[in-house]
Amino acid sequence: MAQKLYITTSPHIHCGDTIERNMRWVIVALMPALIASFVYFGVGSLIVTATSVASCLFFEWFITRVFLKRPSTLADGSAIITGILLAFNLPSNLPLYMIVVGALVAIGIGKMAFGGLGNNPFNPALVGRVFLLISFPAKMTSWPVPHQLTAYADSVTGATPMNLIGQIAGGNTAAADQLPALKDLFLGNIGGCLGEVSALALLIGLVILLWRRVITWHIPVTIFATVAVLTGIMWLINPMLYVNPLYHLCSGGLMLGAIFMATDYVTSPMTPKGMVWYGIGIGFLTVVIRYFGSYPEGMSFAILIMNAVTPLINNWCKPKRFGEAVK
Amino acid sequence: MNTFKIGGVHPEPNKLTADKKIETLALPQQAVFPLSQHIGAPAVPCVQKGDTVRVGTRIAEPGGFMSAAIHSSVSGKVAKIDTIVDASGLRKPAIFIDVEGDDWDPSIDRSDKLVLQCTKSREEILECIKNAGIVGMGGACFPTHVKLCPPKEFTIDTLIINAVECEPYLTADHRLMLEHPDEIIIGIKVILKVLGVDRAVIGIEANKPDAIELMKSKISMVSGIEVMPLQMKYPQGGEKQLIEAVTGRQVPPPPALPASVGCVVQNVGTVFAIYEAVLKNKPLFERIVTVTGQSVKNPCNLKVRMGTPVSQLLEYAGGMPEDTGKLISGGPMMGRPLLDDTAPVVKGTSGVLLIPEKDAARREERNCIRCAKCVQACPMGLEPYLLATASESSDWECAEENWIMSCIECGCCQSTCPSRRPLLDWVRLAKNRVGGIIRARNAKN
Amino acid sequence: MTFILTAVLVLGATGLILGLVLYAVSRKFKVEEDPRVGQITELLPGANCGGCGFPGCAAFAAACVKADSMEGLKCSACKSEVMQQIAAITGHAVEVGVEKVAVVRCAGSCANRPGLRIYDGARSCAAAALMNGGATGCFFGCLGCGDCVKACKFEAIQMDPETGLPVVDQDKCTACGACVKACPRMIIELRNKNKLDRRVYVSCVNKDKGPVAKKACEVGCIGCGKCVKACPFEAITLENNLAYIDFEKCRLCRKCVDECPQHSITAVNFPPKKVVEPQPQVEAPVADAAPQETESTENK
Repeated sequence: MAQKLYITTSPHIHCGDTIERNMRWVIVALMPALIASFVYFGVGSLIVTATSVASCLFFEWFITRVFLKRPSTLADGSAIITGILLAFNLPSNLPLYMIVVGALVAIGIGKMAFGGLGNNPFNPALVGRVFLLISFPAKMTSWPVPHQLTAYADSVTGATPMNLIGQIAGGNTAAADQLPALKDLFLGNIGGCLGEVSALALLIGLVILLWRRVITWHIPVTIFATVAVLTGIMWLINPMLYVNPLYHLCSGGLMLGAIFMATDYVTSPMTPKGMVWYGIGIGFLTVVIRYFGSYPEGMSFAILIMNAVTPLINNWCKPKRFGEAVK
Repeated sequence: MNTFKIGGVHPEPNKLTADKKIETLALPQQAVFPLSQHIGAPAVPCVQKGDTVRVGTRIAEPGGFMSAAIHSSVSGKVAKIDTIVDASGLRKPAIFIDVEGDDWDPSIDRSDKLVLQCTKSREEILECIKNAGIVGMGGACFPTHVKLCPPKEFTIDTLIINAVECEPYLTADHRLMLEHPDEIIIGIKVILKVLGVDRAVIGIEANKPDAIELMKSKISMVSGIEVMPLQMKYPQGGEKQLIEAVTGRQVPPPPALPASVGCVVQNVGTVFAIYEAVLKNKPLFERIVTVTGQSVKNPCNLKVRMGTPVSQLLEYAGGMPEDTGKLISGGPMMGRPLLDDTAPVVKGTSGVLLIPEKDAARREERNCIRCAKCVQACPMGLEPYLLATASESSDWECAEENWIMSCIECGCCQSTCPSRRPLLDWVRLAKNRVGGIIRARNAKN
Repeated sequence: MTFILTAVLVLGATGLILGLVLYAVSRKFKVEEDPRVGQITELLPGANCGGCGFPGCAAFAAACVKADSMEGLKCSACKSEVMQQIAAITGHAVEVGVEKVAVVRCAGSCANRPGLRIYDGARSCAAAALMNGGATGCFFGCLGCGDCVKACKFEAIQMDPETGLPVVDQDKCTACGACVKACPRMIIELRNKNKLDRRVYVSCVNKDKGPVAKKACEVGCIGCGKCVKACPFEAITLENNLAYIDFEKCRLCRKCVDECPQHSITAVNFPPKKVVEPQPQVEAPVADAAPQETESTENK
């Protein structure tokens, strides 16, 4: 026998799936939103995204090679995704040093401190974003209005639909007149974080993820449904104070969070039943924070809270076992 | 089209030999018969060194109720009773027979004539099956006479014939149906008589339309037997999955038997062996083996006398390519690795698969990224990621609480894992340990 | 001013109330524990290795206090002085047992026992042992995945990357037996430590017939029985083609070592006498006895 035989137990074939393949498709699915943000925010969006991705890659490389002395894990693509998602959660005029700090927190504290990809309890990009939001509240809550294609640090900022929705619910019904048209909301012609504005682009991303079977429908659909139902009830009770649920679905970070952040493999539950509960939890918390919290947007906090609950959900929600029903 | 509900995967079918007629392999120079080719107690040799045997002579008696007899597939002299590394990869006792001529036991009906009527009584048929040493030919090798006597408290209403062959590459059952459909139908009637049941369903996956057509045309005149095409999905050939696909009933978790939902499942290969045993008086000493693989020069379906070394099959198929990285007995999803090509063909050898070196090595294992693909793929509704972790940290209690004993070792989880974790290796270890713990507990009580 | 006062008062009051609650709770739920349990626990190594048969060091300490005599109670990880200290605390006599050490009975290094195949499964000896005979021709020898290393709570066992075999650090080994239980092939055995750590043992567990064993490994026991005849103390038995030296009967004469045609009997920590090239006496790794050690014929 020329070749030494391998001996392993079955199965002897593999479907060919790899971490890299999944991550690659997530990156591809993020591209429409990146293009949309470039269309609306111009160079600012590219500067922020490039800085964020580059610093995430650098910190991941630095920590694995210098501190942990392990082989570099850059190739798996997860740091790129963290970088893009972090950028998508930032205003397009954020100073560069803040982005770098955010990336350090996201990769260093959010991911590598727990042992790298697969061990982090919280979504790293959201850890970075929430850290920035708490540290630099002013900068992080003033969003440039769209169509300032060449402006970066000097861009004009304005109220986002989320601010307005909050003001209306607070009793300032006059703010309702400033609300953009639903069509602009859907396309992304509004102020906000650079990746979250275009619901259309994000939905294209969702279709790509579902088509490539990177994620299942459970989490995004239950989040949409929960938010739609809860805000719908409020709207029916008092349409003057509470806006149409479609505004809630298309505004703020809901789409971005539901499609890309909540579905993060590592921090979401493992079973379909668990995913449904997780989605309901995120939807509920988002609506509660949007209407009753002090921040206009609650998506990132809702996801982080539900990330913390994920181990419990995994414990409670077991898959439907074969033969269980007949027992 | 029917299929089972939970999980499942779609591996590339790669049925390279679906159009290859069954060919007969020449006799080996020496045939080796391991004494444990089945689940249960090993057989006990009833010949000695120097004895002369004929084709079909019984050379080992069953070692208990849960055991099966072994018959010589060749004529010649018993050379020795020694040990050999068999298809399980372990050194086990075996009978070695030097082949001289091809002298069949005269009681075996060697003609091609189809025997249509079975005049034997139920008890006589069971005795016949037991004497012929028939075991499940799908790979599990469960003694058939035991399976055909389900516990009295269950009423059996359906006989399911497993012609799914969901394992990629293998085509032995497919070819058997195409070339011996009449024998299979008669065999089914014999089993129906033993079980006292009047309904039989032949489950065939949709990727074998020719077999479905042929079997349908053969049963058009027979009442009580139906052919059910099934949607392609692995592991449909698993006993529990097939019962669910055909009847919609789910077998409760172990130690419950399929009989508890009124079903008995038999492989088509077993049905054919039963026909030959009951109506042709021919013990089980031959079987169809698929020799296949992407790099094999001449993949084929062979009718092989048991005890023939695998090397002879490979030689017939054009020799073992230089770049062979793995030699597997069975299919790619559940087959066992062979240590070398000297292992003999046994009752459960449904195929010999060669995997080229470039596909043989597993990729480097990475952290679990908790993508939940294993949970989605598991046809038993388990959480392989959790079971594997529990096993890695020797947490047998956690494994038992999470239904580890339900695992059917189909390999769906590991074959989908993007982190390439050896999930099934760990699960198998935990299953073995937990099984031991449960047995010890039951023995105490 | 009032601002500071309020803060001090509020914080002080909170602290006081919580302190009272803690005090009340600690009184109410106080567990009466024999102080000796704590004393004993402090003497124990605290590795919770389980070698004593109890779920941990604290449980063992409690059992010591409760028991009427020290019979059957032995912390395998403790030196005999420590056991005597424990006995002094409990007030019972303790018999000084023979000190033991884990011994790896396989010398099938990469050179002695060539790999015929490549094992590519989970890095676990237990999983590998379940699958089949393994990557070498010997179906009894070390699998090399390091289950014993993982099992050892005292870092006393390490894999030698060169030989692919585990090596016991006899100074760190406490003979708790965790590695013995972990090894699926039952290669590791606890043997008497003996004077000057000198030991003679058959470093092979292969039960195959002679030719098969010989083909698989250059230093495998072939069951020839020469050592049995050579032993003046009837310490060696031959069963299933495998010789075994009873360490209670062995007087360390090393006659068998020279007799063994396969060099499968290992003698460790004997001074290298009458060697041609003097070699500095190093702490001989147990599984990797150098040939010059086995060559010396001096009777003890």
